[in-house]
Amino acid sequence: MLSIHNGALNVPAILKEWYEEENHSNYGAYIPFVGTVRSEDGIDGLSFDVYEPILYRWFNEWEEKASKLGAKIKMAHSLGDVMLHESSYIAAVFSPKRRVALELIDEFVEDFKASAPIWKYDLKDGKRIYAKDRSTAISGSGILGAKQ
Amino acid sequence: MIKVEFLGPIQKPTIELEITNLNELPAILQADAEVSDWLESCAVALNDTLVSSLEAPLKDGDRISLLPPVCGG
Repeated sequence: MLSIHNGALNVPAILKEWYEEENHSNYGAYIPFVGTVRSEDGIDGLSFDVYEPILYRWFNEWEEKASKLGAKIKMAHSLGDVMLHESSYIAAVFSPKRRVALELIDEFVEDFKASAPIWKYDLKDGKRIYAKDRSTAISGSGILGAKQ
Repeated sequence: MIKVEFLGPIQKPTIELEITNLNELPAILQADAEVSDWLESCAVALNDTLVSSLEAPLKDGDRISLLPPVCGG
């Protein structure tokens, strides 16, 4: 399950909703990861663009991978502005035993950072500035730049 | 007609091109000062599927997307 929300995430409500969706599913482990906007470099907040068609395809592949391990992945992400100390990202894994969920949340969040089509901007002094230095080129990038 | 869209921070509206193979695209975009600096770091999707090769025949209505470096979370 993947959901995109305008602005900051309501973390308690989403975690509660996911818990209640699965607490009778016989999963022994529920491991959430919550990403919160920190104060650094004088930013007022962050802002996000999301390209949903490819994001959903990427997420569906992870759902299938989790399913083969008997696990389930859920994710929520913000679109637009998220201010300091608000949250923009939640991922969670449910699994029968803790080891699968602990390993899967690590792998999933790392791949999310490297592959999910989401772009981050710093909100600073009334401007929206692409976080170029913190961004990662998707695997396979650069094919248009090669001289023919 | 093929549409080429520029996602995220690339500030450029969608363009339409008459090309029949993806391998015609690099020369066109390398000559475009608005996007040429992005090409080394962009991934390419054809109809929302990422591609690893430029050898792809195109048909009318196909949509190409350029995805610059990402940073979710």
